[in-house]
Amino acid sequence: MNSTLAEASSIARSTDLLFGAMLLLCGVMAIGICFVLLFFCIRYRAGNRKVDRGVVGRKLGVELTWTLVPLALFIVIFTWAAHDFSELYRPPADALPISVEAKQWMWKLQHRNGKREINELHVPLGQPVKLVMSSQDAIHSFFVPAFRIKQDVVPGRYTTLWFTATQLGEFPLFCSEYCGSSHSQMIGRIVVLAPADFGRWLQAGTSQPSLAQYGYARFRQLGCSGCHAAGSTVHAPALEGLLGRTVHLQDGRTLVADENYIRDSILLPQKDVVAGFAPVMPSFAGQVSEEDIQGLVAWIRSTGGPQGAPR
Amino acid sequence: MSYLDEGHTIKSWLTSTDHKRIAILYAISISVFFFVGGAAATLIRLELATPAGDLVSHDTYNRLFTAHGVIMVWLFLIPSIPSVFGNFLLPLMIGAKDLAFPRLNLLSWYLYVAGGVLVLCALAAGGVDTGWTFYTPYSTMFSNGYVVLTLFGVFVTGFSSILTGLNFIVTVHHLRMPGMGWFRLPLFIWAIYATSLILVLATPVLAMTTLLLVAERLWHIGVFDPALGGDPILFQHLFWFYSHPAVYIMVLPAMGVASEIIPCFARQRIFGYRFMAYAILGIASIGFLVWGHHMFVSGQSMAASMVFSLLSFLVAIPSAIKVFNWTATLYKGSLRFEAPMLYALGFVGLFMIGGLTGLFLASLALDVHLTDTYFVVSHFHYIMVGGTVMAYFGALHFWWPKVTGKLVPDLWARIAAVLIFLGFNFTFFPQYLLGVAGMPRRYHQYPPQFQVLHLLSSAGAVVLAIGYLLPLFYLAWSLRYGQRASANPWDARGLEWETSSPPPTHNFTHPPQLPERVYDYDPTSPRAVAQ
Repeated sequence: MNSTLAEASSIARSTDLLFGAMLLLCGVMAIGICFVLLFFCIRYRAGNRKVDRGVVGRKLGVELTWTLVPLALFIVIFTWAAHDFSELYRPPADALPISVEAKQWMWKLQHRNGKREINELHVPLGQPVKLVMSSQDAIHSFFVPAFRIKQDVVPGRYTTLWFTATQLGEFPLFCSEYCGSSHSQMIGRIVVLAPADFGRWLQAGTSQPSLAQYGYARFRQLGCSGCHAAGSTVHAPALEGLLGRTVHLQDGRTLVADENYIRDSILLPQKDVVAGFAPVMPSFAGQVSEEDIQGLVAWIRSTGGPQGAPR
Repeated sequence: MSYLDEGHTIKSWLTSTDHKRIAILYAISISVFFFVGGAAATLIRLELATPAGDLVSHDTYNRLFTAHGVIMVWLFLIPSIPSVFGNFLLPLMIGAKDLAFPRLNLLSWYLYVAGGVLVLCALAAGGVDTGWTFYTPYSTMFSNGYVVLTLFGVFVTGFSSILTGLNFIVTVHHLRMPGMGWFRLPLFIWAIYATSLILVLATPVLAMTTLLLVAERLWHIGVFDPALGGDPILFQHLFWFYSHPAVYIMVLPAMGVASEIIPCFARQRIFGYRFMAYAILGIASIGFLVWGHHMFVSGQSMAASMVFSLLSFLVAIPSAIKVFNWTATLYKGSLRFEAPMLYALGFVGLFMIGGLTGLFLASLALDVHLTDTYFVVSHFHYIMVGGTVMAYFGALHFWWPKVTGKLVPDLWARIAAVLIFLGFNFTFFPQYLLGVAGMPRRYHQYPPQFQVLHLLSSAGAVVLAIGYLLPLFYLAWSLRYGQRASANPWDARGLEWETSSPPPTHNFTHPPQLPERVYDYDPTSPRAVAQ
């Protein structure tokens, strides 16, 4: 199946190993049961005169065996699969952030330096990449078969996905959550370049400000800096280095500040008020675009902090 | 006088409160929907024979797969075995004269037909392009089809399910013949009973969800719309809270059918009767706790995904027990392979493949790659079509003599059973491979590297379609020219065989004899060949 099913990411190998193990286990079970079924069908057919028949009574031992053995096997598989799964959602702290916006029916991608692409994503070989994704309309799903990754892209919130490409080349990108008329045309490709080539590609032909610069400009234009900048008279939390930090809230909860927390704080500021601050911030819903929020997040990311927060 | 001779006018049928006549009404209406849904499936497979999307437009294609899903799920699979065979057999199998609420039963049928007609109206008016899952915000904000009308049809049909379930539960509790304890119930009754519990407990959630969706679409109340503080993932939770148990509404009755047919044609007691009954209850109850396994990549929390994954593995245990027990029932039996047995064995095989591939999807890391691909499409078709439809056809052939008083021409029936089994595998096995290769579902056009497998699948669908059409002819033929059936042509145990074929209006002319134990077959004294 050419490049669709290459093992082109760091987790593809372990996913395939699990798949192989499942195929072996389930295959042996299926073939075994089919064999027994056919064997009984032939041996105990009504026409066969040379066979011992009789009413079969209860066999508690047999029943317990075929209940408990699969149970034990299933727990092993569950643990294995759950372990691999948790890896899928733990991006390394140094992962290269790229923002993804899905809309009917295209993928819009933006690199940290502001370079944009549509339905095509260039990434460097061997470096972890973290996608911060949101949707403008319906639910979409970012699916790269060759990387064995998929994540729904949901309006109103960020979902994230990370991978490390391990093979040079081009790999198909699909939308796998049904999203209307041209769902099947919402496809693109991931282009994996050698790091040096990627660096050259990234620099070529960009004159736009970086996403973080854009975010910082919006930070000032929208008046955020009036309260959040150091030395401001209004008492508001400082945002530098926020991403990935643990935040204590007024109602006693704590959470780790991730992209969704920042997004919610802009759109629904009364939801998670930081301890020690008055809930005075107005909602910016309707005043900021998806791109603005992505920019603001990028600016906060550029100010440092622990980052790479778990989902 | 049989129930069929009670009156020959249309009115005598449409106003009948006899559970057997209502079962026939269901059978006829369900068959109509099966062939409408099947026609949509045929068009889908024809379209997918080439990668270009050149047969129908993308909007038409989206409406076709939505129509196929909505019709097959709500108007065929869910009502199929319970409403036709549950209705016909439940009172007979427990020695009762009718269901507990005969008029409510007739109302259920009218609601079912009304809901079905509404859905057909929505289709005729232009259809709906959301997919049968109606995911928000697509269905509330972007879909350009007749979403509200379709949902209203589904809503009305849901009440039919609830009333039928209620009726069955009360009947099983109150109308069992004297001396028939719970562990003397045939497994088909256990299955129908457990199914009814799911119908009554889960369907109201569907009703609520459809109402919320309609309100959201019409008045933007903001339950699901993130711009208004709603949550699109909430819809998925509500939807799957009904729709996952719905899978067990489809497959538990099918398991019940297999548990009647296999002992009869193996002349052997069902292996591990009590484990089988407990497994039915286990599947029905754990089945309520696994809905989140449809949402591993939706953005739900990792902890939630892990719990749902573990529970999904647990629900596989009682399902595995059932497959093992059916197989063990053949041991030391005296086996005959008339059409009902072929369907039942086909059911076991296909259900097993569907179930085992379900484990791939329950495995979190694998689900990430496989979900929303053809692997899922194939998996649920193996369970729902390979399982439920095979069992429905098995039941149709097994109880046809009881229902109509006529025997089925066995050679034709066997040919159809084999064609359906082969056609089914030919259609859906390639789809597993497509899914593993990364082919997303619900694609009107697709990259050319997937064509070979799609073409195989489409070719298989032709065989399958022929297999499904055959019974239409030979069953109709048997009504007119078929041999008369005796009261018990298969020499089966079970009270429904104690009365004449077809049964009299009030089921039994004299009270049936309660057997010593259920499935009292003896393989050392094989039955005479069906007359």
